[in-house]
Amino acid sequence: MKQFLNNLALSLVGLFIVGGLWALLSATVSPDLPSPWRTWQESKVYILSPWEKRGEMDQGIGLMTAYSLFRVAKGFFLAILIGTPLGFMLGSSNTFFKMFDPTIQLLRPISPLAWLPLGLVLFRQSEPAALFTIALCSMWPTVINTMTGVRAIPQDYLNVARVLRLSKWRQFTKVWLPATLPYMFTGYRLSLGIAWLVIVAAEMLTGTPGVGGFLWQEYNSLIYSHILLSILTIGIVGFALDRMMGFAETKLRAI
Amino acid sequence: MIRPLVITSLTKAFETPSGTHVAVKDFNATIEACEFVALLGHSGCGKSTVLSIVAGLSQATTGGVIVDGKEIDSPGLERALVFQSPCLLPWLTTLDNVVLAAREAHPKLNAREQKELARKYLNLVGVGEFENTAPTELSQGTQQRVSIARALSLEPRFLLLDEPFGMLDSMTRFELQDLVLDLWEKDRKTCILVTHDIDEALYLSDRILLMTDGPESKVGLELPITLPRPRDRHELAGNTDYYRLRKEVIAFLEHHSKQFQQEKAA
Ligand SMILES: Nc1ncnc2c1ncn2[C@@H]1O[C@H](COP(=O)(O)OP(=O)(O)OP(=O)(O)O)[C@@H](O)[C@H]1O
Ligand SMILES: [Mg+2]
Repeated sequence: MKQFLNNLALSLVGLFIVGGLWALLSATVSPDLPSPWRTWQESKVYILSPWEKRGEMDQGIGLMTAYSLFRVAKGFFLAILIGTPLGFMLGSSNTFFKMFDPTIQLLRPISPLAWLPLGLVLFRQSEPAALFTIALCSMWPTVINTMTGVRAIPQDYLNVARVLRLSKWRQFTKVWLPATLPYMFTGYRLSLGIAWLVIVAAEMLTGTPGVGGFLWQEYNSLIYSHILLSILTIGIVGFALDRMMGFAETKLRAI
Repeated sequence: MIRPLVITSLTKAFETPSGTHVAVKDFNATIEACEFVALLGHSGCGKSTVLSIVAGLSQATTGGVIVDGKEIDSPGLERALVFQSPCLLPWLTTLDNVVLAAREAHPKLNAREQKELARKYLNLVGVGEFENTAPTELSQGTQQRVSIARALSLEPRFLLLDEPFGMLDSMTRFELQDLVLDLWEKDRKTCILVTHDIDEALYLSDRILLMTDGPESKVGLELPITLPRPRDRHELAGNTDYYRLRKEVIAFLEHHSKQFQQEKAA
């Protein structure tokens, strides 16, 4: 408990220092950058009534976040829906691995900014294009980690499955899946992190309502304090998501 | 007459980066029904290689294993294998680990009967009280008992044991040896026990197959163990036959390691 309070105090000090630097910057070299106080003044409507809808792009921060989260959730589920079986196949079949690994290595480093226009060409609508981009960019950690997990299944367990003559399905549910689950979850956690990174880019480019869309719109309307509000929201939500997945992961590893 | 288990000129070669390694060559043995056979040899001589081929986990390069007149090429539920480490699935409870096996071997039983069967074998090896415990919370000795229960729940004809007591402390090892001996006295399953513990082989088996050192190891000597049954560890301690047999085994093993070192030096 004492340790916890100590850590909390230290992180508050860190936050305070960064806030101080921010205030210092806006007071000296960058007059366009709103100070922390001005940011709060200009953003408090969004924070204090987070569920209020005044216009398409003028909504409380809670609503904006909810739109983004919903979009991320859809893209993320698409990613793990494709990524998990793909990882299993890559991990269990050498032929499959040799066939597709080079392509995957090629696709992996491509930026969301490059996928989005392709998505727009493919689907002609911003919503499916955004989902396409999120899924494509965020599925790789799931693929790679699931694959690693499958490869790391101890030979002993596989031998047990063989001497007990478990059917393919039971081998999968009783041995492969539980043995790979911790790795899969590490993949899911990283994937969710990437999905949240990508959502901002996707919303900015497509101009859909959400934290990213809001950020870009307010930049265009020269309301810079709202950019800061968006950035802070993105950070806090990203942190919360990561913690949530981390929690689920440790729970899982404890089994 | 059809023999229960015959191993004929079994040869196993491994392809390694430094060339072909012939671990076992022309291994021959006939195992009779209800017999308890120990496979004894130095570490690395190829005991596990032979046993895993008998279990059907790996394939012989040439030669093979014949069960009831049929050559085997895959695992079968009539041949249960107990591994050196317990190999229990950590995400299942102790009972579920055994049910996993019972289900496969007795598909005609319903779920409740399969569970009862699994319980019966857990009780038989003396770990019934741990049925809802996670395997990782049990001691190595208890885990190995569960692993034996898992093998028995298949109700196999052959029990293959690959150094099942190797990682246990000596007191626990004695307990488990007595357990296996007891179980064998009850229903006389055909047993093949791989070990490098001389006393263990003498205490448990009807016959010891002594393996020469690898590479190209084979059966160098077959030694019938005529010690009276049921056996008792304390009685054997005063048995002159026991010491005669023990000397013979040691002489063989020493001779072969000497020969091996000479060959290595040459
Ligand atoms: N998959 C493999 N590839 C290459 N060589 C192998 C392989 N498996 C076993 N060997 C070699 O075959 C020989 C026999 O191995 P094996 O595991 O059967 O010995 P063992 O008698 O069971 O030894 P231990 O008492 O240590 O368990 C060893 O020299 C080992 O290095
Ligand atoms: Mg071995």
